Amino acid sequence: MESINKYFFKDMSVMFGRSMRHIFRSMDTIVTVCITPIAMMLLFVYVFGGAIETGTENYIDYLLPGVMLMTIGSGIAYVAYRLFLDKQRGIFERFHSMPIARSTILWGHVLTSLISNVISVVVIILVALLIGFRSSAGILEWLAVFGILGIFILALTWIAVIAGLSAKTPDGAGAFSYPIIFLPFISSAFVPTDTMPSVVRAFAENQPVTPIVEAIRNLLSNQPVGNEIWIALTWCIAIIVVAYIFAIRIYKKL
Amino acid sequence: MIENVIQIEKLRKSYKDVEVLKGVNVEVEKGKIFALLGSNGAGKTTMIRIMATLLERDAGSVVINGFKIEKNPAEIRNSISLTGQFAAIDEILTGRENLQMIAKLRHLRNPNQVADELINRFSMSEAADRRVGTYSGGMKRRIDIAMSLVGNPEIIFLDEPTTGLDPEARLEVWKIIQELSAAGTTIFLTTQYLEEAEQLADKIAILHDGKIIAQDTLEGLKKLFPPAKVEYVEKQLTLEEIFLAIIDDKEEK
Ligand SMILES: Nc1ncnc2c1ncn2[C@@H]1O[C@H](COP(=O)(O)OP(=O)(O)O)[C@@H](O)[C@H]1O
Ligand SMILES: [Mg+2]
Repeated sequence: MESINKYFFKDMSVMFGRSMRHIFRSMDTIVTVCITPIAMMLLFVYVFGGAIETGTENYIDYLLPGVMLMTIGSGIAYVAYRLFLDKQRGIFERFHSMPIARSTILWGHVLTSLISNVISVVVIILVALLIGFRSSAGILEWLAVFGILGIFILALTWIAVIAGLSAKTPDGAGAFSYPIIFLPFISSAFVPTDTMPSVVRAFAENQPVTPIVEAIRNLLSNQPVGNEIWIALTWCIAIIVVAYIFAIRIYKKL
Repeated sequence: MIENVIQIEKLRKSYKDVEVLKGVNVEVEKGKIFALLGSNGAGKTTMIRIMATLLERDAGSVVINGFKIEKNPAEIRNSISLTGQFAAIDEILTGRENLQMIAKLRHLRNPNQVADELINRFSMSEAADRRVGTYSGGMKRRIDIAMSLVGNPEIIFLDEPTTGLDPEARLEVWKIIQELSAAGTTIFLTTQYLEEAEQLADKIAILHDGKIIAQDTLEGLKKLFPPAKVEYVEKQLTLEEIFLAIIDDKEEK
């Protein structure tokens, strides 16, 4: 085992290099991931936006955090898909029959997920700026926003690892992401929750997307962030811990 | 003294309630080509995966290169390489990048040079900088095998290396296997093709119904064939006939 640990970081950097090549050679993936959220953004801003009462002057400012989460939700399907392919194509087997640190293979995928999703979110922010998004947030607030998004990405990534490793078909690998993409609709991402019927509202106010969206929204508009940032982080970290334990258990059985 | 680099005794493996290996004994001498012959579903891949430390056995002893599989899997991984039944290549990377990646993961000092050498040896310089996704089946197999040679492992497992290849590509793979063997590498290959075992192997084992029903050189296997029937057939016996005869025999009992 000793000789394996000695190479952990070296192996990790090889896996990371592989990941980066994957990202930069499949930019079309990022386009595919961004297309739907951009369309949603245009639809909500130019079609529904006028009719929605949010209490903010600029509807795009209200909308953007939810769109960011949707983007991550659709990007995450590709993480599961890439893992599934590695499993199905025997790449895992090849690596596992070699004297390398086993966990670096999963972490390579996790890093890929983090970077590619951040790129997608940046694309979404740029498009939002084009259609009128403005933020008074400073560097620290932006860092906090990306911190929350990063932890959110990690949480979904570990769920994606479970999906990708246990899927039997490529479509099956990505299917878990549909409910996740849908979650922002039943939250305060697009409309405030207080007009929703009570059952829906109870769900919307107690599911993880709402505190995450509100924490990001407050950070971007330079408002004080209250409890919601802690609720958001607790959700994400709890998901990471649980999903990580299950993912590793499945991975060990491969 | 003859040195067995692979020594398997009473190996058993079941998936849930399907018993696939029911007490398999196999010995492979250093530097030889060993062919495990069996029909589809016989358990060839299962055996390879156990030897390559990918799958846990239920019972029996497996010693590879002097290392016990349950005690020193890391040392075993250092001595072997695996070319699985389906090409395990990163299709987004180029052939060269795949080779370099494996060389880095084997912690070789000069990964780029190792990759270049293999590209020359496999005469792939034209395709080397294209993405593997664009390769033909034969080329994928070639780069797949080349990846297994990185770092000159002592034992190479090839799981059905020519299944799905056209005749030309198959001949080419045979040539590579023979060259490797000439250079002293031990080769354990599985095949469904009797002809392939006949052409390549120093020793052949037939896996049927969870057991090795015969394990010998081609000459030795031919002797297993009942002599009464030999008069019948004037031509040299092919392995196929021996195989069918042995299986018939078993099934009658
Ligand atoms: N992971 C598995 N779970 C359940 N059954 C399996 C699994 N892998 C293989 N089998 C079964 O074990 C038998 C042997 O499979 P395998 O070793 O792949 O045979 P071969 O490589 O000789 O074609 C087959 O009947 C196959 O269906
Ligand atoms: Mg097989």
